[in-house]
Amino acid sequence: MREESEKGEKKPTKEKRIPVFIMGQKYEVPEGFTILNAIEYAGYQLKRGVGCREGFCGACATVYRLPGDYKLRGGLACQTVVQPGMYITQIPFTPAQKATYDIEKLKPDVTTFQKFYPEVFRCLGCNACSKVCPQELDVMGYIQAIMRGDIQMAANMSFDCIMCGLCTMRCPAEMAQYNIAILARRLYGRYLSPKSEFLEVRLKEIEEGKFEEQFKEIMSLSKEELRKRYVERDINFKIT
Amino acid sequence: MSTKIPYYPGCTLKSTAKNFEDTAKLVASKFDIEFEELAKWICCGAVYGLSSDNVMHKVAPVRNMLRVKKAGGERMVVLCSMCYNTLKRANLYVRKNKDKLDVINAIMYLENATYDGSVKVQHFLEILRDEVGYSNIKKEVKKPLKGLNVAAYYGCLLLRPKEVAIDNVESPTVMEDIVKLLGAKVVNLPVKTECCGSYQTVSQKDIIADRTYLILNTAREMGADVLITSCPLCHFNLDRRQDIAKERHHDFEFMPILYFTQLMALAFGFEEEKLGFEPHFVDPRPALKERGLL
Repeated sequence: MREESEKGEKKPTKEKRIPVFIMGQKYEVPEGFTILNAIEYAGYQLKRGVGCREGFCGACATVYRLPGDYKLRGGLACQTVVQPGMYITQIPFTPAQKATYDIEKLKPDVTTFQKFYPEVFRCLGCNACSKVCPQELDVMGYIQAIMRGDIQMAANMSFDCIMCGLCTMRCPAEMAQYNIAILARRLYGRYLSPKSEFLEVRLKEIEEGKFEEQFKEIMSLSKEELRKRYVERDINFKIT
Repeated sequence: MSTKIPYYPGCTLKSTAKNFEDTAKLVASKFDIEFEELAKWICCGAVYGLSSDNVMHKVAPVRNMLRVKKAGGERMVVLCSMCYNTLKRANLYVRKNKDKLDVINAIMYLENATYDGSVKVQHFLEILRDEVGYSNIKKEVKKPLKGLNVAAYYGCLLLRPKEVAIDNVESPTVMEDIVKLLGAKVVNLPVKTECCGSYQTVSQKDIIADRTYLILNTAREMGADVLITSCPLCHFNLDRRQDIAKERHHDFEFMPILYFTQLMALAFGFEEEKLGFEPHFVDPRPALKERGLL
């Protein structure tokens, strides 16, 4: 790394390094690195506990503590920047209860959760799950929504879950929130989400060949006319 | 000018006891009381933990009261007897044990607020008796429940322990007092504070069936046509377990179990469709029709 000196000459500068503890072992790693970079910089070759490197797949769940702070924090290794004195360990996999079911044969209400995940109802309301969630979801909130049978709310609140498993590791009620949440989203998608009636109408139209004229018309438009159509398009078509 | 009261429903009021919530709101509307449902309520804790040093079981009820306080509320109205009991006892516990309250507040740091024990937990029956007043209840009666004999059953959670009792622990009368105002005849029920069997209903259904037999048979012998309660769990046990009671006791006769709010809403003149009789195992409608009340 180089920086401009006062005279405009290039001179090599020493990369700033900070101490971190990976599974208890101290390493000096460059400041600004993500935890994932730091682990690899320290010499570990990751086969599990790494995936998309973009914060979407949930494979690199990591827990850490900061010096002088009692809180155990959770993060994705690929998204969390190292801090001096950080204690880090990855949780590449969470053994968790996972129900097998036929989505076509379920009822979208609380009884389905009583059957497949009775441990939901052991929730103490401690919120340990939300505290560790790297997606900053209100995990306890969606579990509580399930407990009172509000599947739609649970589906919406858990939508950004990437199934990293950290909530499950922290839960004193020993439930697997993320598998429970995906059941809620599946039930919502299969039974509760609004049906797009216009889609059926449009599919029928397409089967009848109603698109040909429209395509010809669109292809014949100039760039300006296309832009005008785009700006003026009706995006408030009825979905329900 | 309507009075808005922060309202804590609890899980059964949103599922198997939806008719309790619906009819309670109808009753409240007659007195310009609006139940303002707490935006982010969570499980009440379901059972009050008796261990004195295990604060984890008290986090859920205290979190609910903290959220009432955060929303600017000074009190909360509860319908479910179980929720009432758990919330109120947890509230008394943290008022008496400031050190434990500090621990619970520390666990709840994501709430960005601390609880101080200030929220008042009230059962709807208390509000009807102490704020609405019996004379105002009487004024709203459009259809007196003439010819209906009603037994009131309290169970344990509204009355025990003594610190949370909404009425005389041994001989409560609030539901009977209301029944009288509605024009129905009160039937004395000597077993009105006995246990319904509670959660034994999950694994020991026979125990519940025998409790149901004892309570309902006593009510029948005292001349009751229907029995009222304020507890969704008592309601479930006394209503749903009547089939096993019938199997085990040849002299048992089915009896409709109502929430006190259903009876009030009926006397206040609300239509049958709004009273939520469909989910009942023992249909109350024939008994009410027979007396010309439907």
